Amino acid sequence: MIEQLPILIIVIPLLSAPLFVLIGNRKIVQLLALAVSWVVFGIAIALLSRVLERGPISYELGNWPSPYGIVYVVDYLSSFVILFVSALGAIVLTYAPPSIKQEIPLSKHYLFYAMYLLCLTGLLGMCITGDLFNVFVFLEISSLSSYALISLGKTRRAPVAALHYLIIGTVGATFFLIGIGLLYQMTGTLNMADIASRVNPDSGSRTILVAFAFMTVGLSVKMAVFPLHTWLPNAYTQAPSVVTSFIAATATKVSVYAFIRLVFGIFTPQFAFEKLPLDQALMVFSLIGIFVASTAAIYQTDVKRMLAYSSVAQIGYMLLGVSMANVSGLTAGITHLFNHALIKGGLFMVVGCFALRIGSVKLDDLRGAGKTMPLTSFAWVIGGLGLIGVPMTAGFISKWLLLTAALELNWWPVAVLMLFSSLLALIYIWRVVEVLYLAEPSARAKSAREAPLMMLVPTYVVIGATIVFGCWTVYSAGLAHNAAMALTGLVESGGMP
Amino acid sequence: MNTFPIIRVITKILIPYILLFGLYVQFHGDFGPGGGFQAGVIFASALILYGLVFGLAELHKVAPPKVIEKMIALGLVIYAGTGLACVLLGGNFLDYNMLEHDFLIDLPSAIDFLPGDKPHHFLPHGQHLGIFLVEFGVGITVTAVMTMIFYAFAGREQVA
Repeated sequence: MIEQLPILIIVIPLLSAPLFVLIGNRKIVQLLALAVSWVVFGIAIALLSRVLERGPISYELGNWPSPYGIVYVVDYLSSFVILFVSALGAIVLTYAPPSIKQEIPLSKHYLFYAMYLLCLTGLLGMCITGDLFNVFVFLEISSLSSYALISLGKTRRAPVAALHYLIIGTVGATFFLIGIGLLYQMTGTLNMADIASRVNPDSGSRTILVAFAFMTVGLSVKMAVFPLHTWLPNAYTQAPSVVTSFIAATATKVSVYAFIRLVFGIFTPQFAFEKLPLDQALMVFSLIGIFVASTAAIYQTDVKRMLAYSSVAQIGYMLLGVSMANVSGLTAGITHLFNHALIKGGLFMVVGCFALRIGSVKLDDLRGAGKTMPLTSFAWVIGGLGLIGVPMTAGFISKWLLLTAALELNWWPVAVLMLFSSLLALIYIWRVVEVLYLAEPSARAKSAREAPLMMLVPTYVVIGATIVFGCWTVYSAGLAHNAAMALTGLVESGGMP
Repeated sequence: MNTFPIIRVITKILIPYILLFGLYVQFHGDFGPGGGFQAGVIFASALILYGLVFGLAELHKVAPPKVIEKMIALGLVIYAGTGLACVLLGGNFLDYNMLEHDFLIDLPSAIDFLPGDKPHHFLPHGQHLGIFLVEFGVGITVTAVMTMIFYAFAGREQVA
């Protein structure tokens, strides 16, 4: 059974989603969903340890040999991304029940759980598959289910935000599909490794150039890179708190993963960064994105929207690392995928606790909540420190790696701008801390109670993890380094990090 | 439309043939053109025609929205369940060869001992059964989704 793990991690959540609809009972579905999400996490751990022991695994669906059938590949990078996506999926789902009880009508809970697991399936599938068309299919599974999840939001603006995301997201996915079509035309295959060996980026073929352009822009929409990020703030703000925590922690990260695969696994970095000026373009857009989005975050009065803008900025840091195109830059980018998933997932979970007890996440209503909800507020402080990048937190590790990578390349201006941008994060985090601890309590905050343990414990697990992985980096930066080495072709097999 | 006798009569004559054709496309799909998706659409078109002519309330009696919602999920369960059955039988996911139920193929020497005429060819029954079940799942889901889309557009109340 152990060699079936790569398919089970996809099929178990995929099969349980329709089963939930068939069962339809809220209580049973809730328990099953919890069990399934933790089983998936367990499988992810097993896959990672197997990859670390014996190297990459490949699994042929339907036993059709590799270039003809669909193949799933678990290597250093994918097992790492799968691990943290499934971990956050499980933890956020453990945290979910009290929050969705308040925010989503009871009659729709079983549909929520079904959609949530479908979204998880899509995200994991995008990581695990070695077939380019399959990436598109899983991208659509995760996107369609996230549109539905976002539209479950409490206000009437939620369906509008979901529709906005649907339209822009569909354009992005279609661009990606057009790119796949063009590549298929040139190579006659959809298997990623097979495409990589057949495609000749140096031939100067227009078709390949256009295919790459379409796929890059398509994924950029999904990653919410700066000028294409407009769907994100509304979607994150209007979605139910649980959905925001899950999607913010995982969805954009998986798209960045797909982009890294595209550049390093199919087209070569030489093609993307030397023949084409994608590295400069990415660097410029990342830096503009970091500054514009961080500045926008400072002016928000809604904490959820503020964090959403901050997410756009943080995507900039990840792509900045990728655009350096060397091992240390790539390590920094991949490490930040993981660290930011923890930090932003944790912060959105904190916001969910506030939303549950105070009923709003506007700065005005949060005034003085530090007194009535001390534990939740303290979690915000720790998570915020992580986002700023204070030493001993996970955010510091990724910023440090990024900084050393920039200095390695003698990109002094980039390094200076990065440090300066951290100050912007300090401002918007501080605004909330000030409101929580130093302002006169608002009427709503006065009557609020501390969030239930069922939500506080998972929140502290994630927030605590940002401290743990700020001090102990074997399984964050260590694994990311392994993955970066494998991607750049410097090492074929690696042992324990 | 309720008041036009010609439309009502023609619809009643047509619907059985549409349903039959849907079933033909479904179950003959592995030998000829067709398959689960096309069959599902054809089958649902009969339901939608009935709804258009006799009204939404009548169609709700034939295909209650609650049941349709469960059918959407049922089709996917059949599809993924077929794949999972292959895993449980010891193969890879969707490895239909595991569903082989004609043991003559596994034991070619046994053919010689069969009395009477020797069979001239063997169908790969496992592959056949696998694709049959998977397409059946697709057909159910597509029928249900098409009907659900019709409900969503035709009715004002929430469907699910």
